[in-house]
Amino acid sequence: MQGYVWKFGNDIDTDAIIPARYLNTSDPAELAKHLMEDADESFPSKVKAGDMIVALKNFGCGSSREHAPLAIKAGGVACVIAHSFARIFYRNAINIGLPILESPAAAEKIEQGHEIRVDLAAGTIENLSTGEIYQAAPFPPFMQTIMDKGGLIGYVKWRLESEQS
Amino acid sequence: MGMTIAEKILAQHAGKDVVRPGELITARVDMVLGNDITSPLAINEFKKIGVNRVFDKDRIALVPDHFTPNKDIKSAEQSKLLREFAREHQITYYYEVGRMGIEHALLPEEGLALPGEIIIGADSHTCTYGALGAMSTGVGSTDMAAAMALGEAWFKVPSTLKFVFNGKLQPWVSGKDLVLYLIGKIGVDGALYRSMEFWGEMISSLSMDSRLAMCNMAIEAGAKCGIIEPDQITLDYVTPRAKRNFTPVYVDKDAEYEKVYTFSGDEIEPQVAFPHLPENTRGISEVGEVRLDQVVIGSCTNGRMEDLRIAAEILRGKKVHRDVRLLIIPGTQNIVRQAMREGLLEIFIAAEAVVSTPTCGPCLGGHMGILANGERALATTNRNFVGRMGHPGSEVYLSNPAIAAASAIAGKICAPGEVL
Ligand code: SF4
Repeated sequence: MQGYVWKFGNDIDTDAIIPARYLNTSDPAELAKHLMEDADESFPSKVKAGDMIVALKNFGCGSSREHAPLAIKAGGVACVIAHSFARIFYRNAINIGLPILESPAAAEKIEQGHEIRVDLAAGTIENLSTGEIYQAAPFPPFMQTIMDKGGLIGYVKWRLESEQS
Repeated sequence: MGMTIAEKILAQHAGKDVVRPGELITARVDMVLGNDITSPLAINEFKKIGVNRVFDKDRIALVPDHFTPNKDIKSAEQSKLLREFAREHQITYYYEVGRMGIEHALLPEEGLALPGEIIIGADSHTCTYGALGAMSTGVGSTDMAAAMALGEAWFKVPSTLKFVFNGKLQPWVSGKDLVLYLIGKIGVDGALYRSMEFWGEMISSLSMDSRLAMCNMAIEAGAKCGIIEPDQITLDYVTPRAKRNFTPVYVDKDAEYEKVYTFSGDEIEPQVAFPHLPENTRGISEVGEVRLDQVVIGSCTNGRMEDLRIAAEILRGKKVHRDVRLLIIPGTQNIVRQAMREGLLEIFIAAEAVVSTPTCGPCLGGHMGILANGERALATTNRNFVGRMGHPGSEVYLSNPAIAAASAIAGKICAPGEVL
């Protein structure tokens, strides 16, 4: 996948990703209308399908709200790359099948407006604007299986079916 | 080589002799929790799995606490989903308004979180039950859905950081101050993915309410869980209320820690976290002049009996500053009742505070005390992110209940000594 980069800083919390005042619904399309609103008010109108988010440390800290990765996914963001992720955000992203990659080097070097190409299976991130290539740690096999099944629900269904047969 | 408390509990629940940090395991869970924001998503996901019953109707707790009593039509619809699901699956521990409390105040009180257990909750402050010697952690709605179907969840075994608090607690210092101090030292990602263990003389002398407040904020350091080894205080608390049999888990003598931090109690005064991160802490003597529009005493961090008693001690016979709104939100219905019996509600109302029914309310900017642009609040809650209590242009400071009560009287952040 290939896309345009929106860059964010350290400790982007789940209240910045989707403020609690909008959590009286869990409709992803509705949530996406307010994506990142408290960090950048015009973000929902600017972000296009296929764009990518690159952030520094501890992306997604704070609440356990799965509404955060859901809003990102529904907002059309194809992948999130960060120096590091808060742990509940990390597992939520895996569980709902939102591609994320941890790469301190990529997070530092990639800037707003750069064009990048991501190969999830290989964990490579290519910065088409500067020509640099970064390597993220690939997913452990267990998590890769969850991603391959489209998320945790797909995985659980698959497991229950294979137990029956 | 021995195991830390989290490692031991995870190993037992995964049916293994040993687990090591970094290992990915699947473990049985003793309790699955959800609230009115996270459960509707979980219920929808649960339906997609296609099983027709939950794994155990006695091991799921559903607590509508965030936007309840329902603040608008959309939240009413969300709560209705929860209620209908609870009825359909005959969930034993569904707590309707009138019986409910803020989930992390409620579960310990109800004896639903016990030493040695694994509890997962679709709420980040599920880590609170580490105060009882449980390995409890926040997860997402999809995790909750899968756990409601299977009774298990996947975990990455965390490495453990050990925090030792030596010395004696200074006046007005509580578990909240210890954890704020600690977050100030290591930062909001200082314990990312880790288990934290709290040890030392100061921890042994903390009351259960104070321990719960402390472990509640482990997530604010990025941790998976924050655990205190069970002792007599723990057993005295859980034994009369436990809804299940339990076996406390104690640390191995030769447990291996990633890092050990040692703090001395003498240097820890009451703490205040400045906007917009819990790590922006200062001792109360270094706060300076910070005028306030609102003070909130409540939440899953500091809405317990001990907190209300301390607030009442300071507010007795005093009035809230004319420019300040003081909101007091007891954590559970039992706490409201006990506060009534002890005459605390009388003291609060005489001081011209507002006393609310249990709810998360303003803690997450939901309802019951939202801030306008430019307004400033001091709260006993756990997060002060941008927009957390309302308008993105408002500010939240965090403290313990003693500082909050004193500041409500003074109209600016101050130590209790200034108003007593
Ligand atoms: S009181 Fe605040 S932090 Fe605690 S569960 Fe409610 S919203 Fe979350």
